[in-house]
Formats: sequence, C-alpha cells, structure tokens
Amino acid sequence: MVIKDAYPHDEKSISGCGLSGFMHQDGKRVGGEDIIQSIALLHDRSNGLGGGFAAYGIYPEHKDEYALHLMYDDSEAKKQTESLIDEQFQVSLGEEIPTRLVPGIQDPPLFRRYFVHTRPDCMAPGENENDYVVRQIMRINDNISGAFVVSSGRNMGAFKGVGYAEDIGHFFRLEEYEAYTWIAHGRFPTNTQGWWGGAHPFTILDWAVVHNGEISSYGINKRYLETFGYRCTMRTDTEVMAYILDLLLRRHRVPLKIACKVMSAPFWKDIEHMDPEEHKIYKAVRMVYGSMLANGPFAIIFGRRGQMVAINDRVKLRPLVAGRKGDTIYVSSEEAGIREICKDLDEVWTPRAGDPVVAQLEDEVLM
Amino acid sequence: MIEIDAQGVYYKRLNDQIHKLVQQGEKHIVLHNINGQRYIGDGVPGEEVLIEIFGVPGNDLATFMDGPTLLVHNNAQDGIANTMNAGKVVIEGNAGDVLGYGMRGGKLFVQGDVGYRVGIHMKEYQHWVPILVAGGTAGDFFGEYIAGGRLILLGMNCEDGEPLVGDYVGTGMHGGKIFLRGNVEERFLGKGLRTYELDDEDHKELTEILKEYCEDTGWNYDEVMNHPFVKLIPYTNRPYGNLYVY
Repeated sequence: MVIKDAYPHDEKSISGCGLSGFMHQDGKRVGGEDIIQSIALLHDRSNGLGGGFAAYGIYPEHKDEYALHLMYDDSEAKKQTESLIDEQFQVSLGEEIPTRLVPGIQDPPLFRRYFVHTRPDCMAPGENENDYVVRQIMRINDNISGAFVVSSGRNMGAFKGVGYAEDIGHFFRLEEYEAYTWIAHGRFPTNTQGWWGGAHPFTILDWAVVHNGEISSYGINKRYLETFGYRCTMRTDTEVMAYILDLLLRRHRVPLKIACKVMSAPFWKDIEHMDPEEHKIYKAVRMVYGSMLANGPFAIIFGRRGQMVAINDRVKLRPLVAGRKGDTIYVSSEEAGIREICKDLDEVWTPRAGDPVVAQLEDEVLM
Repeated sequence: MIEIDAQGVYYKRLNDQIHKLVQQGEKHIVLHNINGQRYIGDGVPGEEVLIEIFGVPGNDLATFMDGPTLLVHNNAQDGIANTMNAGKVVIEGNAGDVLGYGMRGGKLFVQGDVGYRVGIHMKEYQHWVPILVAGGTAGDFFGEYIAGGRLILLGMNCEDGEPLVGDYVGTGMHGGKIFLRGNVEERFLGKGLRTYELDDEDHKELTEILKEYCEDTGWNYDEVMNHPFVKLIPYTNRPYGNLYVY
C-alpha cells in the first residue's frame, strides 16, 4: 500500500476536514450529485489526501444481504479474501465496483463488492449474524495483507480513497446510485498518513462515521474495544468511533441519547449540579463507559440504517451547522456547505456542544 | 457603486478583485450570491469603503481589516474580525465561533446569536478599543483571556430562565469589560472574575455603543435598555500575577 506523506512538500497549511451530510426523512432517494456539490464547496477544508462518502438505501434489490465493499492492493489479496468470503458466506453476487478515470485520482486499488448472506453452519454457537459478520471483517482486515473491508452493512455502502472528495465522488460514479442518506468527508490528515483505507468514512456493519478533529483518547478507546473483539487496523483515530457506536448501540443497546453522552460526556462539575435522577444516570455512564469517552476535538456525522446523527465534542472544538428544509435534515462544517445545495432552508442552527442532531426515517418499512 | 455577481467565483479571484477596486478608489462594493468565499475584507484599508454582502460569507471575514464597513445581510460563519484593526462589521443574522479573536480595534455587531469562543484575547491600547456586541446568546469561553475592549451580550431572544451565555465566561480575563444584559451563575465564570453593577462611566459608554448598535441591527433601543446589565471584570489588578511565581 502506498502511503503518502501528509505534507508532501513539507508545507503546512491551516485548515480542517470538511463534513457534509443530509437525510431525506421521508425516504426519498436521490443521486450523489448534491452531496458532491456540497463537499466540493468545502474543498479548501481538505488537502487532497482523502475523501469519501457513505450512502444509505442504495441496494434495494439486495436489501436483506450484507453488502461487503472490499479494497484490494493486489490480486493475491483478492484471491485470499474471496476464498475466505466463499467459505464463510453465501454469495449471491460478486462484482467490480464501477469506477471511471478521473484526473487527480492516482493508483487506485481494486474495488469489489459482494452481496452475501451468513452461513448458519459456520457460526459459533449462540453467535448472531451481525457478530459473525464483524468477526469475519476483523479477520480480513487483520490477517490478509492488502485487503480492507470498506463497508459491510445492508442496503448501504461506503466509497472512499485518496484525493479530493469531489474527485472521489466522480471516480465512484456516485450519480448512478440513489440514497436517502448521503454523508461526505474531505480529509486533511494532520497526524496520520493519507492512504486509501485511511479515508473516511469508517464503517462496521451499517455504521459509517466521518470525523473532523482528532481523538486524543484513541489509545484508551482502542485498548477497551479490543477486549470486545474489535481490531483497529486503519492507522487512524476515527476508526474507534465506528466500533464505539457498534458496541454501545447495537451490542449493549444503549439509547442513542446516552451513547452520545458517553462519547461527549458532561463534565463532573456539571454532573454535580444535575437533579438526582440525571446525576445518577450520568455518574453511572461515566463510571461504566469512561473508556469510551472520545476526548479531543471532534465534529462527527454518523449514519446507520434509517438514521443520521451529527454531534460535537463536549466543548465544541470543531464546527458543525445544521439545517432543515421540509423533511430533509442537513448538517455540514459550514452553513455555506448546506446553502450550496439548499438555498432556502426553513431553519438553520448550530448545535451546542454534545447535543446531537438526529435525523430519522419517518417510515421504518423503507429501511 | 460596483456590483459583483460572486456565484461560483473562487475566493482568491474575488478578493483580488475587491482589493484592486479599493485601490482604485471604489467606495461602495456590493457582492451578490456569496456562498462560503473565505477571507472577504481581509486586510482591506480605507475608512470610507462600504462592502455589502448578500449570501453567507466564508470563514475569516474581515481579518486584519483596517477601516472599511462590512455589511452582511445574512448569517456569517466562523473566525470573523480576527485581529481586526479598524472599521465595522455588521452581521444581520447569526454568526459562528471564534469571533473577534485578538481584535485590536473597530466594531463587530452581530444581530443574533454567536457561537463558542467569542471575543477571545481582545485587546486595547490608548484609543484603540475594539467593541463586539451580539444581540442573542453565546456559547462557552465567551471573552476567554480578554485583555481589553468591550464585549457585550444582549440575550434579546432568551426565554425566561434560559442562560444567555455558556460556561467558562471570561476565563483568564485580565483587562477590558464584559457587559451582559442579564445575569450568569457564578459557577460559569472564570476564576478571579466577579459581576459588578455598572457605574456612571459604564452607563455612558454602554448607551453610546448600544445606540449605534441598535441603529445598525434594527433592535429597539428602549427595549434593549429596559433590562438590567451586569459588568464582569477581574476583582484584582493582576489576577495571574502569581501564577508562575514559586
């Protein structure tokens, strides 16, 4: 894997990553043109070392199957991974992910996707389907050199790589997909390398996270998550966010509001001033899940089936703006990123530190 | 007057054009279809220059600006009036985080709410006294490390009991004055800071500033003044004088 230096000409330029996302809560699905236009406006927030997208609702014809998006450095990685996938899953379709030549996108790896069902005969006793899929993904990422799972959810997919986000969007022909949620990221790596797997979003099952900032607590988070079987292989901090969400929301069934307060926890001094009931809850949250506090500056947008959430760190060290037009919720690093694709918003607001913006499909059947 | 359609124009080209026009003596520039272009008004000199902006301008508006008046007819984003020297910025909507950072002079008037870290490290010297007024609410770290100038928050749209300002107000403050139209719980104040009643000089100063602010932003002056203000200043001369003395 070719890993580019974050500052190829030893230049530092001041900026930060760009985020944008929107969800049509009525389930309307649209092509990728709008999200590309929005993230393109935030071009100067990134430096060409990473761009990516998550899209929900794009595979209705395979909506009950896991859609595994794979990235391969070489044919050997592909061969090994495909033999593992064939062995562990029932594959209904394996195909190349369509791409096109785009100026500015160099040396892309191979991209393939597989629509699969789990194989009950391969699952460990008592293991559920999702846990099984997570286990296989960790096996691929951790053991097969040059193979990385880009996404693994149902009826969703992630598309990412090295380049400016708008170029990555064109590279993956995103105008050919239709999604009810689109999330985008333009990367400006400061502490870690720019490489195809290190671009956002980071995903696990149908979770996808894009992030502006840095998770200073990465070490603590990583060690804690490893005790639950997650393997951090992407060489960058944001990855832990996806696993934190999976652990809290799927495996531990923690309510969304509480999960947000685990990552972006209230300060002890403020917990002291809460009413007795809240005090009890937040004290417990911090004591039980202290190792999943995401410390450091962040603004993130995360998606899951039927939901899009945006949240800041607890002292709002990164920008985040939200807007609404009818049934559509928009979030972005800048108001201009929203206005670029929706001029006449019904409302626009800046969420307070740690308070999530939640968009939700109105009709669960559409999921 | 010169009107520019900035639809899709990259910020570098736009700002080059503005600088050139000002150099050539243009006094009134109107920018239409602005969306996200950064650095508008940055380093532009000239007290008689008026730049009007329709649309949401990008970050770092009016940085190092030295004289002109910038009138934004919409919301604005982060980092406005960073190290601004002179002139006036009026935002007829809300504005984002880190406004007036290290501001050295001039005025920033925001009609609505402002975000986090507003008025950090504003400073003053002799008659250079920067003034920042926001009509709505503010987030945490309002006036952090402020060393001079006037930082005024009105909370005009606050519901009863809703706080008009966040936590860590004036942390590290060692100069200037913060005026709040309303009060703040002591636990949200930075160390070494206290609320005071306004004295005659404060009243005079505030009256003058808010008259101009209300004319520019459309708030009703009587309504603004019909509510008690408090003043925040450090309660010792050198609150951090002993910080590094062992």
